[in-house]
Amino acid sequence: MEKIFRNLSLSSASLVFIILIGIFITLFLASKDAINEFGIGFITNPNWNKEISIEIDAKSSNETIKNSKVNEIEDFNLESDLFSDEDDIMIDDEDDIIIDEDDMLFNEDIKTTFTDYGALVPIVGTILTTLIALIFALPIAMGIAVFLSEIAPKNIAYPIGIAIELLAAIPSIIFGMWGLYYFAPIIADLVGGYQVSLLTAGLVLGVMILPFMAAITRDSMNTTPDVLKESAYAMGATKFEVIKDIIFPYSKVGIIGSIILALGRALGETMAVAFLIGSIFALPTAINSPTISIPVAMANNFGEASGLGESSLFYLALILFVISFTIISIAKLYFLKKAS
Amino acid sequence: MRLLINKIVLGLSTLSALIGLAFLGWILVTLFIKGLGSFHFTLFLNDLINGGLRNLIIGQFILAGIAAAIGIPLGMVAGIYIQEYGRGKYAEVIRNLSDIMMSAPSIVIGAFVYAIIVVPTGGTSGFAGAIALAIMMLPIVINTTDNMLSLVPRELREAGIALGASKYKVIIDIVIKAAKVGIMTGILLAFARIIGETAPLLFTSETSNYFSLDLTESFPSLTVSIYDLANEPEQSSRDLAWAASFILTVLVLTINLAGRFFTRNKKS
Amino acid sequence: MPVMNIKDFSFTYPGVDHPSLKNINMKIRKNKITALIGPSGCGKSTLLRSMNRIHDLYPGNKYDGIIELLKADTQKMENILDIKKENEFIQLRQRVGMIFQKPTPFPMSIFDNVAYGLKIAGIKDKSELEGRVEKALKDGALWKEVQDRLNKSAMGLSGGQQQRLCIARAVAVKPEVILFDEPTSALDPISTGAIEELLVELKKDVSIAIVTHNMQQASRISDYTAFMYLGDLIEFDKTENIFLNPKEKQTEDYITGRFG
Ligand SMILES: Nc1ncnc2c1ncn2[C@@H]1O[C@H](COP(=O)(O)OP(=O)(O)OP(=O)(O)O)[C@@H](O)[C@H]1O
Ligand SMILES: [Mg+2]
Repeated sequence: MEKIFRNLSLSSASLVFIILIGIFITLFLASKDAINEFGIGFITNPNWNKEISIEIDAKSSNETIKNSKVNEIEDFNLESDLFSDEDDIMIDDEDDIIIDEDDMLFNEDIKTTFTDYGALVPIVGTILTTLIALIFALPIAMGIAVFLSEIAPKNIAYPIGIAIELLAAIPSIIFGMWGLYYFAPIIADLVGGYQVSLLTAGLVLGVMILPFMAAITRDSMNTTPDVLKESAYAMGATKFEVIKDIIFPYSKVGIIGSIILALGRALGETMAVAFLIGSIFALPTAINSPTISIPVAMANNFGEASGLGESSLFYLALILFVISFTIISIAKLYFLKKAS
Repeated sequence: MRLLINKIVLGLSTLSALIGLAFLGWILVTLFIKGLGSFHFTLFLNDLINGGLRNLIIGQFILAGIAAAIGIPLGMVAGIYIQEYGRGKYAEVIRNLSDIMMSAPSIVIGAFVYAIIVVPTGGTSGFAGAIALAIMMLPIVINTTDNMLSLVPRELREAGIALGASKYKVIIDIVIKAAKVGIMTGILLAFARIIGETAPLLFTSETSNYFSLDLTESFPSLTVSIYDLANEPEQSSRDLAWAASFILTVLVLTINLAGRFFTRNKKS
Repeated sequence: MPVMNIKDFSFTYPGVDHPSLKNINMKIRKNKITALIGPSGCGKSTLLRSMNRIHDLYPGNKYDGIIELLKADTQKMENILDIKKENEFIQLRQRVGMIFQKPTPFPMSIFDNVAYGLKIAGIKDKSELEGRVEKALKDGALWKEVQDRLNKSAMGLSGGQQQRLCIARAVAVKPEVILFDEPTSALDPISTGAIEELLVELKKDVSIAIVTHNMQQASRISDYTAFMYLGDLIEFDKTENIFLNPKEKQTEDYITGRFG
């Protein structure tokens, strides 16, 4: 019995390992077509689902190359075609029973047009929305945390603390809806530009991670023992000095951890952003112009895409997964080291 | 000077707390006004196809319920391994991975399940949606179990062993019992979290306008339908989305509060 | 000569209907060690924490009576219970230091720990800081052990060293009085001995009030002893009188261990 139970628990624990490896491998395999097609240049390519004509005969195509950028991309793709082995094309044919029209053209070696996919726009969108959210949420969350753990008397801090925790539990889709119909119009009035934009998406994302960040930051601050604070007060420190010199240093590891956790959440957040970002595959020209993020690109296009388009979405998923995994693990290992 | 800085900083902090709370209050008030405005009891009686939410609410519960039925036992047993059996590196690795997995973007988990279930089976299904939610729930349950077990004093385990009980007996009969309240709370909070998820369901279960218990087909989901409805141009759809959001929020908060109430009651 | 004079002092915690201290009258004498003894819950810590008003970190406490503190330059007694302004609290706490039961090293280096009180008191000059930190660490009988690791985290010290660090930290700002709340109860006998020696050494410069559960400790190091019971001050006298010749029956029972 003992043995059975032990092995059962061991295998359940290993499940975590298997799932994580499984996610990585699955995403990798599913994005293999796109990886082969676009390589690492995918990350810096601003096109998405864009038909590009290849100039065999200068007058034959309507979308002739006008700027050097497209030219470069073409060169890159032609080059990779030369080097890519037959196998890839074979796999294309076998796996995609319903072959995308674009792929068809592409594979048939007529090669007048092909569809180009790149991750630059969603990557930039993801980073910028997260950044805006952090810039907005960080000071307010710190303020709330300090207020709850040090300023407010217990009988006020307790109910407000619970309220904040409950707000952190509200599904993100609610934040998205509220943002679209109530918050974005006001911001658009103030700043100008579209209601759906980088700015409104980032701010709503910020509002969404605010309670979460505040709650866990407060928890970290509360780990500071009362005696430690008292002994600083007993030396004549002001409240601010106690916060700055005792509480922050003491709970530094936890606070930074909280911020990074919130960052991780913001990076992968779909629903709060989906309503607001505009879902346009275009690099934002200003803070109030619409664009798209990786999770939103996935949310809106999965299920409809096929062939190379779907594979490119998996490539996006892989990038998102690797980024968030890296951020969180670096933080964990770094802070674990520091904490011990 | 020191006192002035002190006053300014404390003032700013209080101010930012007020700003934050104002935002959150704004959301809640909006939700209540819009949600209650479009709320009607018949929403519980009709399916979406007839302008109600019945199938969606039931569907969401079924999805989350199956996810819980899978995720809770696995997560608890895995948590027990980490805390009670795991010595050394491997348990630590699993603990960290589980921690990381907890913050993995839910849409990526959706994509994963799409690739391993939806594509091979040829279409979206309730089953796929439930699996996606179960994967989300697993690390949360592991984490809770791990944490709560770590609070059980070592002497309790030693006392059990000293009475001649085998280790797994001690774990099941004594350690788990001692940590029961905390684990239950954690599980309720985990359930509240997954029942409000949208992203992992978008392309795994999708949603359906009809009542369904067939897990092999697209499955009605409250959250996915909120997303669809909210993006429709007609005001009536949006109103329905607000009503659905209101119900969803009340649901999530109730489960959440129930969890907290539980802990508080048991402690005192 | 008293540096602190406690007159008809009563104290009530918020939400408690009866006072935890009733009509306390006693003095802390200059350059002497005054011990507070008594069974658990009798109010020793409560009294000690009134003497630098650290209670006021938490709202709703009720003070009655007078606690006077000698002002060094004018040689006048001032009632610290009148203090209302933040800066006065800060000054009070710089004049009346406090050491807790558990060592409380701040999350910073050894040097910064000792320099902390000096820095917040406005001393910026580096060489002055260094000099005073060294002096304080010597006063705290810790200099030899830490002089080559001043920039290491204070968390790495042993419990006894941490407690001496806290004493050095308190001494550094040159307070008039230092309050000790069971400073050795979390330490081993050797560290305890070191700290007892240190206290006797320190009383040349400061006046000391110490709460202790250890009768031997009180009789070994203190000059005056106050015996408290259930919020009352039962007896306050020279230590030898309390231990050898107590006037009250309760005191005698307590110190002979026949209590209960
Ligand atoms: N924050 C508080 N609120 C209400 N009552 C308190 C509080 N702190 C202490 N008390 C009560 O005041 C009385 C005196 O407590 P105090 O801590 O001063 O005792 P003590 O003599 O220091 O005991 P010990 O030797 O155990 O440290 C006790 O009855 C205690 O229950
Ligand atoms: Mg005490």
